[in-house]
Amino acid sequence: MKLTLWTYEGPPHVGAMRVATGMKGLHYVLHAPQGDTYADLLFTMIERRNHRPPVTYTTFQARDLGGDTANLFKDAARDAYARFQPEAMIVGASCTAELIQDDPGGLTEALGLPIPVIPLDLPSYQRKENFGADETFHQIVRHLAKPMPRTEAISCNILGATALGFRHRDDVAEVTRLLALMGISVNVAAPLNARPSDIARMGQAHFNVLLYPETGEGAARQLERTCGQPWTKIVPIGVGATRDFLHEVAAITGLSAAVDESALRLPWWSASVDSTYLTGKRVFIFGDATHAIAAARIAATEIGFTVVGMGCFNREFARPMRAAAKAHGVEALITDDYLEVEAEIERLQPELILGTQMERHIGKRLGIPCAVISSPVHVQDFPARYSPQMGFEGANVIFDTWIHPLVMGLEEHLLTMFREDFEFHDAAGASHHGAKAVARAEPVEAGVLHHRTPAEYLDKDEAAAVAVAVLGAPVWADAAERELKKIPFFVRGKAKRNTEKYAADRGVTEISVDTLYEAKAHYAR
Amino acid sequence: MSLDLPATLSGASGCRTAPVLKERGQREVFCGLTGIIWLHRKMQDAFFLVVGSRTCAHLLQAAAGVMIFAEPRFGTAILEEKDLAGLADANAELDREVARLLSRRPDIKQLFLVGSCPSEVIKLDLARAAERLSGLHAPHVRVYNYSGSGIETTFTQGEDACLAAMVPTLAGTTARELLVVGALPDVVEDQCLALLAALGIGPVRMLPARRSADLPAVGANTVFALVQPFLGDTHAALTRRGARHLAAPFPFGEQGTTAWLRAIATEFGISDDVFDRVTAAPRARALKAIAAQSVELQGKSVFFFPDSQLEIPLARFLARECGMTPIEVGTPYLHDALHGPDLDLLPSGPTISEGQDVEKQLDRQRAARPDLTICGLGLANPLEAQGFTTKWAIELVFTPVHFYEQAGDLAGLFSRPLRRKALLQAGAQA
Ligand code: SF4
Ligand code: SF4
Repeated sequence: MKLTLWTYEGPPHVGAMRVATGMKGLHYVLHAPQGDTYADLLFTMIERRNHRPPVTYTTFQARDLGGDTANLFKDAARDAYARFQPEAMIVGASCTAELIQDDPGGLTEALGLPIPVIPLDLPSYQRKENFGADETFHQIVRHLAKPMPRTEAISCNILGATALGFRHRDDVAEVTRLLALMGISVNVAAPLNARPSDIARMGQAHFNVLLYPETGEGAARQLERTCGQPWTKIVPIGVGATRDFLHEVAAITGLSAAVDESALRLPWWSASVDSTYLTGKRVFIFGDATHAIAAARIAATEIGFTVVGMGCFNREFARPMRAAAKAHGVEALITDDYLEVEAEIERLQPELILGTQMERHIGKRLGIPCAVISSPVHVQDFPARYSPQMGFEGANVIFDTWIHPLVMGLEEHLLTMFREDFEFHDAAGASHHGAKAVARAEPVEAGVLHHRTPAEYLDKDEAAAVAVAVLGAPVWADAAERELKKIPFFVRGKAKRNTEKYAADRGVTEISVDTLYEAKAHYAR
Repeated sequence: MSLDLPATLSGASGCRTAPVLKERGQREVFCGLTGIIWLHRKMQDAFFLVVGSRTCAHLLQAAAGVMIFAEPRFGTAILEEKDLAGLADANAELDREVARLLSRRPDIKQLFLVGSCPSEVIKLDLARAAERLSGLHAPHVRVYNYSGSGIETTFTQGEDACLAAMVPTLAGTTARELLVVGALPDVVEDQCLALLAALGIGPVRMLPARRSADLPAVGANTVFALVQPFLGDTHAALTRRGARHLAAPFPFGEQGTTAWLRAIATEFGISDDVFDRVTAAPRARALKAIAAQSVELQGKSVFFFPDSQLEIPLARFLARECGMTPIEVGTPYLHDALHGPDLDLLPSGPTISEGQDVEKQLDRQRAARPDLTICGLGLANPLEAQGFTTKWAIELVFTPVHFYEQAGDLAGLFSRPLRRKALLQAGAQA
């Protein structure tokens, strides 16, 4: 047993739902208790789908347990076929039905439906959502895709995009555009928007583009085995990765990798002097392995951040994640426990977090800016506007998204210079952060440095910390306190914590200006 | 229409004797675990520990939304492969997880072990576990158990199961006291208590109480009033303790609130003079607020999918106070002792349905083309995309909607989607 509050991934049958809901003409009959229909709202609300997920639940109740549930399943499958007339069906069990051991595959087979019925075996107590999606897509491909003669012109399949995928909709569009620039057409993109009949003709493509290893690698390997199609190993997120991807495709097809980059703006935006202040900003990266690894490369080599920590929640990809982290000189954090992630962020005190919805909330709690790079995400990360992560437009989107939460360079500079100014003071905050700016109330006499008590200029938390300090923690000397005050407010909390820890560790009871700078030197890395 | 008279006495006939369409088939509802989301806000020293699967944790996460980030007092002990293999181990694991949890959260005084479908199916005996753990952690923490599983409970029934589990453990009393049963937002609870106090009724106890120290006692002289229509098991448990139920319509809208208060006032022998003096001003306020908020609702039809058991009293409110015509009123369960008084007041006409076969119900809804459809989040956007106007039902459980001061807000919850549709249509034509 493991006490859990937040889960990065749902159970595996939710992964199967992501495949079914992404596709058309496919129906999922799921043996599950009545409450499990909650998963529908992930699709209708977070992804704002305008149709119900194509899922029939048996919604068995306690009174059905015993001999009845198998018949319930059969009826549900029969009714679903009659009502929805799908081209193919997937059938399986949720965690509870797994325990009652009806056999959805066998039961449906006995019905003799005139369509392919694909049984899913998803171990709910061992595996999670991504596995469920990968395995479901794999099984669909295994049952429906057959070797075929290749298309005359060079074509490929795009694998791995699902419902409820982070920016999958626009990534598929962007990669399709990129491939078109090379003269390659897309045979089938799946599962997202594909029909079972499309899956059946996947064999005619020359090769496969694997967009999301988490949800498409099983299918890619299957197609390699049965249809002899090679698949791409590089995920085109970031400028460098996109160019490498194009070269990989060129190597597979013999076509030229030189494509029009006139709409690519990240490199110049990043090179322009306004971005200089981004140099060496310390960033922590967490998400699914694919997005986290891609983000680390962009952060380090395209924007000039320092990667101080990275990791992923999906153990299946621990190995590539460890290798990537090593290349950045850090150790990978592989965990699905958000408390561990939070502890690591607290320890590292990065200046920017790139993560999931959970890291956004951690960032908020710790006062650290954050941008979202990976599922799980909430409704705001299924935007109305075009916002891919992949390809050249994806790189543009990423630059804007990551830089936005940071205080802008010039603003940072001005805030430091004029921090004692009566209307441009620290407490006024950064202009775009939503809080109303307030002019400082107390008059400052010309030429006289106005001294305030700690409680006057410290925020509530800090004042509380000062109160605690009275009870034995290191005490700030007046001069040191004034010096602390000169540090820009958005890093002051961190400086204060570091200094106090530094002092406490060394048994220093009164913090002087020297202690402050010794601590600063100690933590400067 | 006269204020407190049943529809049957005021000309139109009610729905109490109407035939009920009982359906079985696919249900599109939450399980009882969802109740934890509002119960843990109400009971401030309680922790809700679900013993279940990743699905249960994921459900809570989906239903709790942003609340999950506020260190809520609930969590899921996720069963793993090895827990399924041997129940002895599962019990040892549970004891360990609980001990760890309680040492981390010393402020917790009530711990609820909440059963789920997986824990019920493997027959993990959480009642025994609760007893054992109560012994281990007494007197500081009291451990209860109830089931919120989808195989046994639907949505708000989770609260019913929770409260019913507490009833046998309440202290006994011979005092004549009024017990108000059902979790209300604090602000509404305070309004309710103020009204009862002004009527001269007291002492009044609440179940659930905000803190375990305030738990009510119960006995043969206790009379209880329900503020929520989904408390069937709690009703039965209190009756078993000798307490007597004051049957009444539920306090939604001006009429519902008045009828609810009237039933209590009658029991406590409060004169009509006092009653009218106390209720006149808030009744007038409620009527005014409803009138302002319900303009868009007059003459419109409404269709309820089953969700919370609030459907019947809400349909009564919409029909009698907002001028709507209910076409179908679906409820997951129909309980005569609880829903009867509201059924009496609901003008005859609508189909009353219990249970669900969601596909068939969607067919009926499509054929009826209601002006407003009340449904869950899994259906709302798909129906909107087909041109229907919907009000998602969960908000009715999470938002303060009871008693006089919320009557206008309650009407507003229903009129807003219609107002919005009109705005956007006008915008599209401009
Ligand atoms: S329906 Fe059952 S398995 Fe599903 S979330 Fe609810 S308690 Fe858990
Ligand atoms: S956090 Fe926001 S987006 Fe996510 S479920 Fe809650 S309300 Fe929806």
